[in-house]
Amino acid sequence: MSWEVVIGLEVHCQINTDTKAFCGCSTAFGAEPNTQTCPVCLGMPGQLPVLNVLAAEKTVLTGLAIHADINLESKFDRKNYFYPDLPKGYQISQFAVPLVERGHLNIPTADGEKRIGITRIHMEEDAGKSMHEGLDGVSHIDLNRSGVPLMEIVSEPDMRSSDEAVSYLKQLHQLIRFLDVSGADMEKGQFRCDANVSVRHPGEPFGTRAELKNLNSFRFIKQAIDFEVIRQIELIEDGGKVVQETRLYDSVKGETRSMRGKEEAHDYRYFPEPDLPPLRISQQEVDSIRAGMPELPEQLRQRFETEFGLSPYDANVLSQTRELADYYESLAAAHPADPKRAANWLANELLGRLKEAGKDIADSPISAHALAGLLARIADDTISGKIAKDVLDAMMLSGKDADTIIEEKGLKQVTDSGAIDGIIEEILDANPEQVQGYLDGKDRLFGFFVGQVMKASRGKANPAMVNDRLKELLAKRG
Amino acid sequence: MDIDVRKTAMLARIALTDAEAAELQPQLSSILGYIETLSEVNTEGVEATAHPHDTAMPLRANVVTNSNRRDALQAVAPKIESGLYVVPKVIE
Amino acid sequence: MAYQSLSELKTRLDSGETTAVDLARLYLARIEAHNETLNAFVHIDPEHVLAQAEGSDNYRKKHAARPLEGLPIAVKDIFCTQDGPTRCCSNILEGFEAPYDAHVISKLKQAGAVLVGKTNMDEFAMGSSTGTSAFGPCRNPWDIERIPGGSSGGSASAVSAALTPAALGTDTGGSIRQPAALTGIVGLKPTYGRVSRRGIIAFASSLDQAGPMTRTVKDAAMITAAIEGHDSLDATSVADAPAVDWLGACDKTDMKGLRIGKPAEYFIDGMNPEVRKAVEDALAACEKLGAEVIDISLPHTKYAVAAYYVIAPSEASANLSRYDGVRFGHRCDNPQDLLDLYTRSRDEGFGSEVKRRILTGTFALSSGYYDAYYLKAQQVRTLIRQDFAEAFEKVDIIATPTSPVPAFKLGENMDDPLTMYLSDIFTIAVNLAGLPGLSQPCGMVESMPVGLQWIAPAWKEDTLLQAASAYESATDWHTQTPSAFGGEA
Repeated sequence: MSWEVVIGLEVHCQINTDTKAFCGCSTAFGAEPNTQTCPVCLGMPGQLPVLNVLAAEKTVLTGLAIHADINLESKFDRKNYFYPDLPKGYQISQFAVPLVERGHLNIPTADGEKRIGITRIHMEEDAGKSMHEGLDGVSHIDLNRSGVPLMEIVSEPDMRSSDEAVSYLKQLHQLIRFLDVSGADMEKGQFRCDANVSVRHPGEPFGTRAELKNLNSFRFIKQAIDFEVIRQIELIEDGGKVVQETRLYDSVKGETRSMRGKEEAHDYRYFPEPDLPPLRISQQEVDSIRAGMPELPEQLRQRFETEFGLSPYDANVLSQTRELADYYESLAAAHPADPKRAANWLANELLGRLKEAGKDIADSPISAHALAGLLARIADDTISGKIAKDVLDAMMLSGKDADTIIEEKGLKQVTDSGAIDGIIEEILDANPEQVQGYLDGKDRLFGFFVGQVMKASRGKANPAMVNDRLKELLAKRG
Repeated sequence: MDIDVRKTAMLARIALTDAEAAELQPQLSSILGYIETLSEVNTEGVEATAHPHDTAMPLRANVVTNSNRRDALQAVAPKIESGLYVVPKVIE
Repeated sequence: MAYQSLSELKTRLDSGETTAVDLARLYLARIEAHNETLNAFVHIDPEHVLAQAEGSDNYRKKHAARPLEGLPIAVKDIFCTQDGPTRCCSNILEGFEAPYDAHVISKLKQAGAVLVGKTNMDEFAMGSSTGTSAFGPCRNPWDIERIPGGSSGGSASAVSAALTPAALGTDTGGSIRQPAALTGIVGLKPTYGRVSRRGIIAFASSLDQAGPMTRTVKDAAMITAAIEGHDSLDATSVADAPAVDWLGACDKTDMKGLRIGKPAEYFIDGMNPEVRKAVEDALAACEKLGAEVIDISLPHTKYAVAAYYVIAPSEASANLSRYDGVRFGHRCDNPQDLLDLYTRSRDEGFGSEVKRRILTGTFALSSGYYDAYYLKAQQVRTLIRQDFAEAFEKVDIIATPTSPVPAFKLGENMDDPLTMYLSDIFTIAVNLAGLPGLSQPCGMVESMPVGLQWIAPAWKEDTLLQAASAYESATDWHTQTPSAFGGEA
């Protein structure tokens, strides 16, 4: 019998506010340990939380972007557990009534678009960091991250393969970046994923699920799920039973490992946070947040296709990140004559070079304006497309603009018909057999002459002029 | 009401001596027994009160108001190394 | 002069008849003389008190006097203060010095008050006797073999014996009103949300409220006027609370047109009959002042204690999780591992009543019991609020005894927590409903003071003050003071 994989994902996403969720401490990354703490986020006696307005607004914005319901009244609860990186001994989190419920995200799959349900998005505060490495018998606690605002985005168990899970996560990641609600930098822990994985025979009720933790890259997520699916299937086929538990992914060994029923020991004793009355937001406030909604990837793709005539492929590539799309729009504005050429050069030439250099569009040494300068020289026949690629290489290295490089390296295209005629005559003189062959009807040899002329001109001769002049001068020899 | 004092104390992270546990057992049972008089009240359809007044949460602006006060805040800490709080090893 | 009211002392200061330093010396001397007997104060820094008093006298030379200029005020050890220890009378806060002032402490300082020290209390305000303090029990000036009530017993004892003219307490289930009643002084618990809770060590966040403990009703108004007000850093501090003319309300000398509710559930067989008679006599006096006394019913009163002993311990169980030996407070010696650090630090640091409450709350919130305990208690809380709302459609104010009995002997009931809990029976519902309440002296039973409790609708502290002022102006119970401490009883 065949097996069906069932996956639901929980994403913890750090909301990119300047200050923590409930106090006025900075959230800047990389500060000296415990220098961004205060009595509130240290859980000192008598200290009280007050919610950051921007954290709430960004959560609403995210909810609107996934077509969800915004609860005009939501509540905060206390989730009780002891851990040294959790100063109060409880985490403030929305349990009973989250801010956002019932949304969805469409993801591309091999069989076309698929809708993944999003159960809820709730706000909560992050914990600090425990460090153990290189320490003998002790751990060190840094509470700079304690109290940083998070959104937890909980999906329905709607995914049926690790590829779908990764596709959902990439889609969500892209959306969150576009919304500017999170830096979503996975290496900095700003976008963390837990996966609930189970298997069943198609049509049967859901199987018992395992919760996979410590999945901090798209690659690991896929590997962890694939490993876990095989583990569960083998276990069941050998007559065993999957137990509901939390399993840690070990990226070195490439396996998931039981945390030995640690969950069962937990009893979080959620109850309403008495320090925080309900969060109320008016429909007008929701509408005004909706009015400020930035353009989303899907809308951007469509606009690139209609406004600039791009292919669906190019439109998709150039709408991957807001930064890239912004770059393209600047480029297209600076090179209005041919937005498709602009797309082509950006998507195929610049991005390729950036990738090789290990760089992002944001740190491209070539600005949109500079790239437009290069495209202008192609358009006005100063250089050929082929030469332009060399110029682009030089621009990557030196950061100089196209005109400077063309000038310095003498790459300016030869458009003087007298000079081109001179080169052609030389080539024809040097290849009398081929000339005769052409005149006898071997049309294919025309390409040979073009190649020779271009080579002799070191690529600088204008190809169209070469064509015209060559035809004429060959005919004269007939 | 039977209460598992040891289990509850573990949830609350309080070690108890056997004598303490033995003393607490009947006390807690009698308190919980008294609390169970609540079951006499018909609360069907009654909303729960978490806050005495029906007010909405005020919000704070997204503006950094705190500067680094680490030294003052850690002056009361039992154990610090290089600005970090020290605890017995946390086992993952 | 020690037994004079704040407002009398203020008149003397304003006229130049005395100085803040003189007053500070007067009360420091009384503390020196009597605190060993009463154990009302747990922390005193005489030099710091005198320095504040000098500062106030200097301020007065250059500026117009502030509302509490130069007046000595003691505060319960639950208020965080930057200068000196804050222990909440618990061993778990061993060595703790708060790097901040509570909002109300800042407000008292801004009003020119001289803070005289920290007063004794039940550990983490959990108790009705001030017998659970890590610093040992506090005593009642009227009979040092008896308790002063609790949890703000130190503040009550200190004011009652004139070791300070006024003090701050906190009230979660009666902790201002009950000790005020048992020591013959005035105690006011404002409406929940009237006074900021920031910097006050939390017991039960949805119930806690700070308030004054004083010799007279007007003194209570003076202090409340100074400490009340919105605090943007306490989300439960209410921004648009209706304003009250605090001092104006205290000019009232009659009760014409006042409808006083007398709830049947607060005049019951189990209570001390003399206490009952004292309060009924007080109501008769109110009628003479022009009030109409109307019999009412608050039918869910008998469930208030049970609901309270779910809600308060539940909130407390979470509020006290932060005392874990990591960032401040007591840490056990040589912890073997993390679990040992937690369980031993907390076992050593917390006293037995605190442990009882943490365990009760932990259990009530735990998986499988939440609905039957916590949720049920919250629903009963709603019914209790509704009882009051319905009553206040018929009456302007409610009058009850503050405590069913006068102060009991030290050590009594200490091994029977449930009986102890039931002594809060008349004060607890007020906290569950978030209402303002005031206790004032209204008689003596067994040579011990008896308290009359007033309960008003939310934000109607002026009604409380008007009624209490009128009663005070017509009677002299508030002038009685314990003779053993220089009073004139």
